[in-house]
Amino acid sequence: MIELRGLSKRWPGADRDSVAELTLEVPEGTSCALIGPSGSGKTTTLRMVNRLIEPSGGSIRIGGKDALRMDAVTLRRRIGYVIQDVGLFPHWSVAANVATVPRLLGWDTARIDRRVTEVLALVGLDPARFATRRPHQLSGGERQRVGVARALAGDPPVLLMDEPFGAVDPVVRGRLQEEVLRLLKQLRKTVLIVTHDVAEAVRLGDAVALMRDGRLVQHAPAAAMLARPADAFAAEFLGADRLLLRLSLFPVTALPTRDAPADGAPLPADATLRDALAALLAAGATALPLVGGGSVALADILAFAGKA
Amino acid sequence: MEILAQATGWLRAHPGIFLEAVGDHLLLSLVGLAIGVAVALPAGIAVAHRPRAAEAATALAGALRTIPSLAVLAALLPLLGVGFTPSVLALALLALPPVLVNTVVGIQGADPAALDAARGLGMTGWQRAVRVELPLAAPLIFAGLRVAAVQVVSAAALATFIGGGGLGDLVTQGLALLDTGRMLVGAIAIALLALGTEAGLGMLERHLAQRVRGT
Repeated sequence: MIELRGLSKRWPGADRDSVAELTLEVPEGTSCALIGPSGSGKTTTLRMVNRLIEPSGGSIRIGGKDALRMDAVTLRRRIGYVIQDVGLFPHWSVAANVATVPRLLGWDTARIDRRVTEVLALVGLDPARFATRRPHQLSGGERQRVGVARALAGDPPVLLMDEPFGAVDPVVRGRLQEEVLRLLKQLRKTVLIVTHDVAEAVRLGDAVALMRDGRLVQHAPAAAMLARPADAFAAEFLGADRLLLRLSLFPVTALPTRDAPADGAPLPADATLRDALAALLAAGATALPLVGGGSVALADILAFAGKA
Repeated sequence: MEILAQATGWLRAHPGIFLEAVGDHLLLSLVGLAIGVAVALPAGIAVAHRPRAAEAATALAGALRTIPSLAVLAALLPLLGVGFTPSVLALALLALPPVLVNTVVGIQGADPAALDAARGLGMTGWQRAVRVELPLAAPLIFAGLRVAAVQVVSAAALATFIGGGGLGDLVTQGLALLDTGRMLVGAIAIALLALGTEAGLGMLERHLAQRVRGT
């Protein structure tokens, strides 16, 4: 659990707060995506949580403990940290990179080796193939995976991610997002993630916190924010296609089941409402069959979107 | 051809003098280089994160670099007299600028993302410097060391003018005695030593860069 209360940061000589009186809670085992335009203070907020930036005011509690009273170095070793440029150590092997925090924590070699193997497998990298490689021998996507493995190695309850998939191409990004999302749910980590990409925010964040000029504009579950932006700025930032984006958060099974048969290529059961809508548009149909039986009707999707 | 024959003739007749000169030359160079590095490296590390100090140090090093080696030797003469010590100190002064500048540039050029990650993952300032920053700066620091070493080995030939010994002695003596063979042996040995230093350290440098950057 991460609790920020009245958190503020004013840089020396600045005439306004970069982050102003921010109060935000990320419940245990959930993720929160911080979004906002550049200069809105989202990265500053993230970096205050592990005290890479010291707050000017307010409090931070992590797992109930006052983070500002802890030794900053000890605190950081208990918080996973993933950044856009990954920042792997180029002179170390993948295994040594992943072992960074366990080594700092003084684990014994056998335990470190076991853990490295374990987390590499978790992020989808075959330890036998990747452990001895050097960062320059990896693709961009593999580097990001190693970055995530390194952040998870010390088994921290809390994870901070700053634009974690910003540096990889869209195809790799989509797959990484999906895998990391599954991983974080499985490990029940508490995650604060910074992104400027609305689609990424609603995909990875259980909740989304929208910031502007250092202030919190709106903090709500992803689907709720897309359905009901707090003001004109929020609506504009989330984009004109926000309702379409919202449909991508729900599986077709969220609709009432229809038994009536329909013609056309059947939709897979794990398709989202957005996939279903796209398929209906492509087929020019008002209903399509589902793989497991039954069908999806255009009218139901419209009703679902309208109910928001 | 005849000149070369004179050189080999002298060498065959005086192997002891030659080896002693080589030994003195290497000792002068190594001690001078060691003192220079021992001062420049910590100084570079100390100023690298302080932009003003780094700029001042770099400017000072640049100025020092423009003073001709002979002038440095001559300037030290009234202060320290003649012999081994002033020669070594003059060589140390020559070794200072390249090592200092490259240490500063190497540290300043270390990948900021790796340093941010190091800090964010909970390394102390000391751990970050020793485990990440210096290894990343090492190839450039080593390049500075190579430049300094070549300069020192070459300039050590001038130590003879303030009684520092080394291969320069063979050249000055050869000139004074009109002994072309002796002079030539000294000159060629100095050139080969400088070239060998450049080639040897250059190879080590590439090896090091490969280990750090993997390229």
